[in-house]
Order: sequence, then structure tokens, then C-alpha cells
Amino acid sequence: MITFMNNSDSEEEPCNERTSLMSAESPPVPSYQDSLPASEAGEAQAHRKRRAGSSRSPNNIAGGEMSGSGVPVRESALENEEEELTLKYGAKHVIMLFVPVTLCMIVVVATIKSVRFYTEKNGQLIYTPFSEDTPSVGQRLLNSVLNTIIMISVIIVMTVFLVLLYKYRCYKFIHGWLILSSLMLLFLFTYIYLGEVLKTYNVAMDYPTLFLVIWNFGAVGMICIHWKGPLQLQQAYLIMISALMALVFIKYLPEWSAWVILGAISIYDLMAVLCPKGPLRMLVETAQERNEPIFPALIYSSAMMWTVGMAKPDTATRGPSHQTWDAAEDGRDHHRSPSHTDSRISETRSPVPTRPVTSLEELEEEERGVKLGLGDFIFYSVLVGKAAATASGDWNTTLACFVAILIGLCLTLLLLAVFKKALPALPISITFGLIFYFSTDNLVRPFMDTLASHQLYI
Amino acid sequence: YGLFLFTIARDPLRIIILIAGAFFWLVSLLLSSLIWFIAVKASDPRDERLQKGLLIFGVMFSVLLQEAFRFLYYKLLRKAIEGLVALSEDGCSPISIQQMAYVAGVGFGLMSGAFSMINLLADALGPGTVGIHGDSQLYFLTSAFMTMVLIFLHTFWGILFFHGCEHRRWWEIMAVVVMHLTVSGSSFCNPLYVGSLVPSYLLMAAAAAWAYLLSGGSAQNLRRFLLCK
Repeated sequence: MITFMNNSDSEEEPCNERTSLMSAESPPVPSYQDSLPASEAGEAQAHRKRRAGSSRSPNNIAGGEMSGSGVPVRESALENEEEELTLKYGAKHVIMLFVPVTLCMIVVVATIKSVRFYTEKNGQLIYTPFSEDTPSVGQRLLNSVLNTIIMISVIIVMTVFLVLLYKYRCYKFIHGWLILSSLMLLFLFTYIYLGEVLKTYNVAMDYPTLFLVIWNFGAVGMICIHWKGPLQLQQAYLIMISALMALVFIKYLPEWSAWVILGAISIYDLMAVLCPKGPLRMLVETAQERNEPIFPALIYSSAMMWTVGMAKPDTATRGPSHQTWDAAEDGRDHHRSPSHTDSRISETRSPVPTRPVTSLEELEEEERGVKLGLGDFIFYSVLVGKAAATASGDWNTTLACFVAILIGLCLTLLLLAVFKKALPALPISITFGLIFYFSTDNLVRPFMDTLASHQLYI
Repeated sequence: YGLFLFTIARDPLRIIILIAGAFFWLVSLLLSSLIWFIAVKASDPRDERLQKGLLIFGVMFSVLLQEAFRFLYYKLLRKAIEGLVALSEDGCSPISIQQMAYVAGVGFGLMSGAFSMINLLADALGPGTVGIHGDSQLYFLTSAFMTMVLIFLHTFWGILFFHGCEHRRWWEIMAVVVMHLTVSGSSFCNPLYVGSLVPSYLLMAAAAAWAYLLSGGSAQNLRRFLLCK
């Protein structure tokens, strides 16, 4: 099993790396807020990058674009409205992201607490070759740092590879890898997960039933994620695969390595998205230049775009009717259409220069969506799951990490509203989470235990 | 939990304020346990009385820190309200300071309740006998009641505290702090439960009435509500 997984890991590797770099939607307006932490495809165990894409408000530049297309009068009015609406809807978007992150974490924590399999140590990934069963603390620390260096360098290589592929337009290749990864995730990992859960609860299931269940689950999942499907089903599937990946990470990463990796990933995220030469930033800019949508299945999106009000049966608006993400092919087709409606962002008010004014107003009632990369989900869940698995303070630590991550997410989204450009979603949350984990485990736990044993209340 | 569902889950802004409130409580707890930890490490672990004394000191300090953080949170929320007012279309904030006070109180309460209860609940799921070593058999029950009263109290204190800050009535703020200290102090009487539960409930009733009056209610409203007019 493990060797098999490792093999498939190596297969998945390139896939994940490549798919991770999603260009945030490419509206015709260059400025759009996407939080793009390093985004990795979520499939294989190894590397995920996450991006929080916030398809929030068009901003002043959006207004500027529109003027260029000849709707000058509405511009300034729209600008202001849009800004206000952005921040007004801000709370709603934050909640729209809170809910899936919370759900993912709940699934992971519930599984960790109940299914023994995920807390047993059964080997390590090939990406973390150094074992942590060493006698001395220094040796263990050294091993975990080496593990981290290896993992991060693999991630960097993959990311750069993905950026190069994207730059040279090898879309078929990328999509093939993506589909392969999600296939493996949906079928293999679900099979393992289901097997373990059934074992834990001592429920017998015969192979034909199992086959039927997993086949249905996987097939619907593939369709939903890569093609079209009801938004909530898509969201549910993405949450499930993020949880599965997080569980695999929790199981196969040795303890100290996991914490060091979490820290290193958030630093990497910060640099990859914000530095001018960072691979993710280059990817975003390339995608923006080409006005292309994000790859499907790597970004969680929280809202739909309604084009019901559109009078013209454009190719541009027909496609994105339900999804906030479409297959890139669809997106590309859409984007080549002259009206440049972005299939991803729910705010289509900006990219509709040729549209009559009335349809703009209809569009204004659309929901705006916020996008977060799947890797973010995974690493948040890894943090909380590790806290649940290894902390001796049990639920207190888990709860503390959970609140810390949510607050970090809030702050990130706030910064997004302020800066209006791609931002990494990992650093703040992971930093808070790590601080709270270590401090709660070591400081708060003895205090609370003593209080509880005397039944004192503060 | 019912409070949460009916009053807070509707509005996303309130949820954010709730989580932020919980966060602030958590930070205050962190700092207070840091202090206690340092004190314990610096002292002699074998001296029982000293340990108990340190514990009491830790509890009091924690209470004071919690109130301090409530004040900080109030300041933050004031700034946030100004921001929200500036952004809204019709010049008034989508959420009033009283609602914020309520939500902040609930946030604090939930977090403190969760931290007090959740390990207990997890243990309660497993096998065992309550009070087998001579401790009180009512441990779980009293813990549950105490936690509940504390959650409610935090909510009411939130309202009172914010109201006091708004209108610059320092005696209200002092009253909240004193009440909190009293409740925590009364829990020192455990396991003599009469000493802790009864005063806490009385204080809660008083705080509830006070908060209700401050929020604009009156005896008339209450009567009308109860008689479903």
C-alpha cells in the first residue's frame, strides 16, 4: 500500500504542482483581487498550493477600463457603488469562506478522533525520507529540517515547472495531469477512507456494494469538478477531497516535520505570491494578460454567477451560467469572445464594455464570489488535524487552533479588500494557528487542567 | 447554542464579531496562563499552600485580563463601527453598538464555556464513575450548570460593559469587574456547591435584569411579551 502510494505520489507530483498555479480569473481588468497564495493542485499527497481568490469588487481600475469601452458616465457611479458593495458584502464573503473551511476541519477532526488508522504511523512519504525516530533531540530537529527542505524544494520545482508549462501553453498536458490526479484522489483515497471507517465501526460491506458506491461517488465527483454541476455539490466534493488529502498528510508526515513544513510553506507562499519574480505572481500576471480563467478543481469558489438577466445570447455568458469555475477550455472560448465576460468572477459588471447599460444593472444583483485555493483548505485542516491528533490538551488546543485560523482568514480577507490584489492566504492563519497551538498546548493546558481539577472558574 | 442559532447565525457580520470575541478571550486566557505558568515554574512545586495561593492569584489575574481584553475589544469595535458607517449607503451602521455588545458577550461566553466544558464532555463519553475517589458525585452536573451560568453572565457583562463604556459610566464597568471577580471567587468554595452556584445564579438574575433595562426594555414590555399582546 505504501509503496503503491508512493509511486502514485510521484505520478501525482507534477500534476499537482502544475495545477496548483491557477491564474486567478482573468478579467479584462488587470486589477482584481485574488488572494493567491502558492496554489497547488490538491490532488496528490505532496504539494498543494493554495490561493484565496477573492473575486471581489471591481475597483477603480475596473472603472477605468469601462470608460475606455465607452461607458464613461456610469463609471464613477459604478465605482463608488462597487466599492461600497464590496465592503458591504465583505462580511458575507467571509462567512461564505468560513463555512467550507469549518466543514473541512470538522470532517478531518472527526475522522482523526474516531478512526485509529490516521494516527498510526505506518511509514513515510518519499518526500520526507529522514525518519524522526532518532534518540537525540538535535538529530530529530535536523531530520525534520532536512525533510522540510526536500519537500519545499520539490514544491518549488513543481511550481516553476507548472509556470513554464502554462507560459508555453501546454494546456492539454496540464489538464491531463489534473484529471489523472483527481481521478486518483476520488477513487483510491476514498476507497481507503471508506475501508478504514467501516473497519472502525465494524460495519460489514461486500465488495459489489463498495464498488458501486465508490464508482458513483467518483464519477459524479469527476463530472462535478471538471465539468458542470450544481454549485453546492461541487463545493461539497472539493471539501471532501481537501479533507482526504489533509488526512493523508496527517498520517504520513512525521510530527516535527509537519510543523516545520507548515511554517516553511507559509513563508514560501508569502514569497511566491508577493515577490516580483515569484512563480505564482508570474503565473497570475500571465493569466491576466491572456484573460484566461483558472483551472478547475483547484479553487474553491463560493458563489454563482447569474446571467439570467442577459438579454443577448452571447457565447460569453452562456457558459458560465452556473459555475464559478469552468473547465479551462470553456473559459478560453468564452474569453475569446469579444465581450470578454469573465466566466469566473461573479462580477461581470466590469468586463462588459459592449453591453447595453440595462444589462449591467441586471448584473449588479449578482452574487459575488470569493475564491480560495484548495491547498489552503488542506493546510488549515492539516494544522487542526495535527492539533487534534497529537495535542495532549485535546479539544482545547483544537478549538484554539480553529479560532486562530478563522481569525487569520478574516484578516487575510480584510487585507484583500484593502489591497485589492492577489494575496497569500496561508501565512497569517498558519502563523496564528502555530502560535496558538504551541502556546495552548504548553501554557494553557496545565492551567486549565489545574482549574478543572479544583473546579474553579475564571 | 440556541442563542447562537436564533440571534447570531442570521447575520454574517455578527458571526465575525462573535469569532473575534472568542479570539480575544482566548488571547487573554493565553496571557494569563503564561503568567501563571511562569509563576509556578519559578516557585517551589512541593509547597501546597503556595501552589493554591498561586492558583488563586492566577484566577484573579485572569479575570482582570479578561476584562481588560473586553475593553480592548470594545475599542476595536468602536473603530469598526465608524468604518462601517462610512461605508454604508445611508449613513448608519448596519449593526448597532448594542448588538455588538451582545454578540461580543456571547463570543466571550462561548469560548470560556467551551474551554471549561469540552474536555469534561469528552471524558463523559467514556467509561467511568463520577466521584469514585471521594469527590462529589455531582461533578458533571454542577460543572454544566456553572458553565451555563458563566456563559450567560459573560453575555450580560458584555452588554453592561459596553454600555458603561459608551456612556462613560465608570461605576458600571467597575460593577462588571467586581461581579466577575465575585463569581470566580465563589467558585473557590467548590465542592461546597451551595457557596458557588447560588450566588452565581443570583448575580446572573441581577445582571440579566440590569442588561434588559439598559437595552430599553421595561416591565411593561415584559408583561406585554409574556401575555402575547
